[in-house]
Amino acid sequence: MSFEEKSAWIMGVLAVGSYAAYLVIVLGQAAVIPLTSVPYAAPMLWTIGASIVISIVLHILIRMASPRNAGKDQRDREIYRFGEYVGQSFVIAGAVAALIMAMVSLDYFWIANVIYLGFVLSAVLGSITKVIAYRRGFQAW
Amino acid sequence: MKPTKVTNSIRALRFSREEMTQAQLADAIGVTRQTIIAIEQGRYSPSLEMAFQIARALDVSLDDVFHYPGNEGEAL
Repeated sequence: MSFEEKSAWIMGVLAVGSYAAYLVIVLGQAAVIPLTSVPYAAPMLWTIGASIVISIVLHILIRMASPRNAGKDQRDREIYRFGEYVGQSFVIAGAVAALIMAMVSLDYFWIANVIYLGFVLSAVLGSITKVIAYRRGFQAW
Repeated sequence: MKPTKVTNSIRALRFSREEMTQAQLADAIGVTRQTIIAIEQGRYSPSLEMAFQIARALDVSLDDVFHYPGNEGEAL
């Protein structure tokens, strides 16, 4: 497995894992206070921050484990661009949803969370696309 | 994604070139071994420039490495 394919796996799994941790924290507090009153900002920032730090550590570890495979070539770049292009649709969907929510004056809680969900889905879809491209094939022609 | 109709003879040509390994071919054209494996198995179509580099590394013409249905005189 190439370095970039491992990287795609890491990003996808971390996106799911960090979002799951965020949901557990926020929904756990929602048992005692209304959901929109739950302090979501700190758990959101902590889970995003932890995800970034874990991602950096894992990338360093896989680079150290097989330094020969750490290079990125034309195929890696094409698959990366394709994955980001596919994943970007969810960022746009999240932004449009947030725009509409702001227009109808929904609580900040929902606006922040729909944007976060858009980022997570974008990362997951992008990673799945990259892994499929590595496993099943990718034809630039 | 639509599979490519392009096939190739890289594997056979590597063996005819003193059993050149995938890693040696990868080093010769500056890509990873995984990319050579993907090209050999038809899971990745290289750019035209990379295709020429592969042909040059194997010391054959582009037509000897890559084939497209219709190459043998059939109408496309």
